[in-house]
Amino acid sequence: MARVIVVTSGKGGVGKTTSSAAIGLGLALKGNKVVLIDFDIGLRNLDLIMGCERRVVYDFVNVINGEATLNQALIKDKRVSSLSILPASQTRDKDALNKENVGKVLEDLGKIYDFIVCDSPAGIEAGAMMALYYADEAIVTTNPEVSSVRDSDRILGMLASRSRRAELGLEPIKEHLLLTRYSPKRVEEGEMLSVEDVEDILSIPLLGVIPESQAVLKASNAGEPVILDTMSDAGKAYQDVVDRLLGETIDFRFLVAEKKGIFSRMFGG
Amino acid sequence: MALLDYFTRKKEKQVTTASKAKERLQIIVAHERNSRNKQPDYLPQLTQDILQVLRKYIKVSDESFSINLDKKEGDLNVLELNIELHDENNSN
Repeated sequence: MARVIVVTSGKGGVGKTTSSAAIGLGLALKGNKVVLIDFDIGLRNLDLIMGCERRVVYDFVNVINGEATLNQALIKDKRVSSLSILPASQTRDKDALNKENVGKVLEDLGKIYDFIVCDSPAGIEAGAMMALYYADEAIVTTNPEVSSVRDSDRILGMLASRSRRAELGLEPIKEHLLLTRYSPKRVEEGEMLSVEDVEDILSIPLLGVIPESQAVLKASNAGEPVILDTMSDAGKAYQDVVDRLLGETIDFRFLVAEKKGIFSRMFGG
Repeated sequence: MALLDYFTRKKEKQVTTASKAKERLQIIVAHERNSRNKQPDYLPQLTQDILQVLRKYIKVSDESFSINLDKKEGDLNVLELNIELHDENNSN
């Protein structure tokens, strides 16, 4: 049975799409059949981060409305054949998705794929609720910053009350904390919430810490998910996330700032 | 100067902005979780429905009516209604 994973956050701009792309591609590189779904109806962007924006013909809403089959709408990734992308529609028809028709699409996809990764829109409106409704697991993407942490907590409340698992009284959604844009140096200087602080407040298990990295912008510029940049800290950290999702136990990296030499400490710089 | 900074730094940083952030978050998150747990989704609608039924028989203003769902120890939930009745408003 497919694992349905929602990448969610509440707050916008914290790295949901970047994370969805990196994790989806990483899972596929490990030999899993993966489909990435963009739930951000009206603001399609996953295609751009994945670098397949020019190959979009049909989208999620076309499939829902019966204007295209799933096979017509799914875009096969050029780098990894076991990865497909289902793009969001660019029209503003937000009411196109409902529990019934989304459930049907996920059911069909679940017959083919091992992982269904749902990239949620920001906010707590219908679109975000739709993205999390069928989830088995949730990757709660959070920046070490007050508004992001607060919004993540609200999303945790939604996961516990508004999902299918909650409504049917099934085992709750498995929650994972993904801390992004982490800067160990600023944490050490007391300017940024630490991993432990955020874990304390949200009290959900930590899946990964992605350090603030220039590689992320470069990756989105190029349409190559950052996990492919195997030399970068962010790429390595996402690789660890993927391995943990697949059941491996891996120590957390990039949690401490690189130590400055004694000379630069004494003379500034 | 960097050398001086290095020795004086420790003292200044006793109350960091990060620790302020954590403290504020702990308070607001606890508060919001509380209200989330106490207020089920159906409560606003239930309140409206009860008011509607009551108003068929007696005059009740919004201020003289309160509803509260409290979680007590264990599995016990208490739904508490508080209605102020005014003599002159009674319809009998």
